[in-house]
Amino acid sequence: MSNYYQPEIETMPHEKIRELQNEKFLKQVRHAWDDVPYYRAKMQEKGLTPDDIKSMDDLHKLPFLTKADLRNAYPYGLMGRPLKDCVRIQSTSGTTGQRVVAFYTQHDIHIWETMCARAIAAAGGTKDSVVQVSYGYGLFTGGPGLNGGSHLLGSLTIPTSSGNTDRQIMFIKDLSATILCCTPSYAAFIGERMKEMGMTPDDIPLKAGIFGAEAWSESMRRDIEATMGIKAYDIYGLTELCGPGVSFECEDQHGMHINEDYFIAEIINPETGEILPEGSTGELVFTTLDKEAFPLIRYRTRDITSLTHEKCPCGRTHVRMTRLKGRTDDMLIIRGVNVFPSQIETVLINQGYPANYQIIVDRVNNTDTLDVRVEMTPEMFTDNLGVVNQRQAKLVDGLRSMLGLTAKVTLVAPKTITRSEGKAVRVIDNRKI
Amino acid sequence: MSVKQISVFLENRPGALHDMTKALADGNIDMRGLSLAETSDFGIVRLIVDDVFGTAEVLKDAGFVSSLTDVTAVEVPNVPGGLNRVLEVLDAAGINIEYMYAILGNKKSESAYMIFRVDDNAKAASALVSAGVKIMGQEELSAL
Repeated sequence: MSNYYQPEIETMPHEKIRELQNEKFLKQVRHAWDDVPYYRAKMQEKGLTPDDIKSMDDLHKLPFLTKADLRNAYPYGLMGRPLKDCVRIQSTSGTTGQRVVAFYTQHDIHIWETMCARAIAAAGGTKDSVVQVSYGYGLFTGGPGLNGGSHLLGSLTIPTSSGNTDRQIMFIKDLSATILCCTPSYAAFIGERMKEMGMTPDDIPLKAGIFGAEAWSESMRRDIEATMGIKAYDIYGLTELCGPGVSFECEDQHGMHINEDYFIAEIINPETGEILPEGSTGELVFTTLDKEAFPLIRYRTRDITSLTHEKCPCGRTHVRMTRLKGRTDDMLIIRGVNVFPSQIETVLINQGYPANYQIIVDRVNNTDTLDVRVEMTPEMFTDNLGVVNQRQAKLVDGLRSMLGLTAKVTLVAPKTITRSEGKAVRVIDNRKI
Repeated sequence: MSVKQISVFLENRPGALHDMTKALADGNIDMRGLSLAETSDFGIVRLIVDDVFGTAEVLKDAGFVSSLTDVTAVEVPNVPGGLNRVLEVLDAAGINIEYMYAILGNKKSESAYMIFRVDDNAKAASALVSAGVKIMGQEELSAL
């Protein structure tokens, strides 16, 4: 049996969850109408009042909220509670341009931390666990979220925050951390450093890792798992909704369970806004169900995924979203072809190259160019020019069959691509359009 | 009998080779021979040095990727046809040569020295020795 934080909710029969969602949904719409003038105006534009929304079946009638709305309403325009009721502000890293500032009441903090506690439990966490939180602390939600979740669960929490990698490894070893929380690119970096220090998985007590805040591939997961001798769990969230923990993986590692008692998830066609049937790939849209300070109705995440209610062996009944294919923001259109960095990463790892890479896109004579910079490793290097050339050509072939276009592969010296302690910068787009 | 060659990966950019020679100079490494193979993208430098493992450490610390390869070092009489004679022996023995290059001897030496990267060092060595060609070990090479 799986390890749960709140079994009664996490394994609640689907119909019961629907009932609970329905009840909370009507209240949340009413809350947005009464307390968020910005959203009331959007509903009025569509000629809607809360009386038109009789159940979850009417969800599709409601207007979307987008990043642009967040920007227009910045900083206080989407608040559902006065500032005196709020206890916390968190903010995004601003990787996609505009910074998001989100507000929390004590209740909002509590439900967020509850979701994180469920995520840590799903990774095997208990009162006996030692959880090292190597996400950044501060405005970024990663550190505070997992920290709070670990406290709720009663685990011993090591708030190392990110950076100072040798010290991270020392703490893992000396203080017997069993669960590591950080971004996948930082986990890969810590793993690489451990290897350099001559450590093997047997030298560290870690059993599990909870890695999120950026898209990563299945092959990168297997790589990290092998280097550290752990099971690696994906976790997903957005600052706008609370932070990490919106959905999380169980031991089955087949998609992340969305906390359906706190959110309704939909998949839409990003071009038309049309709702897609279960199983289709499209843009993920969330409606919060229990937020006081920052309620969001039909918020478009720009993340590309699909949903399934298929029975999960772990016993959790909450809907699962598949591993993120990428954010619509991460998607590159190169010579008319959609390219996600995670696809390139998959090819690299499958062929034995490190997951640290850089994608440089440019436009020469009106044609897009794609240059993938990959670090040479001792494993991939030999004295034979022909063999190194062949491996490079194989990589170009692999990328061509994955992406459907020809990329240039540049082999660079080790450590020349900057390591990231937070979100990795994979793409440099020099096109001036 | 074979000797160790160190091969180093270099990016094809101005200063890359100098970065490597500087690391070797700072590490007080004495080079016996060097050969460079390159494509438009990258290069591979092959080195024969006095201290193989010291060199590997120095390069690693300076952030270079390198690898060790067993190669055959041959003393070639410094006379017309000297190299031809060695190749005849290897050819007759069916040895495939991937690449070869000359290295420095000392000023007074009456021989030239060649490094051969072959598919089978042991077979090459026995063919050469039975044909009366002198091949060199690591210590002899370092003593040059």
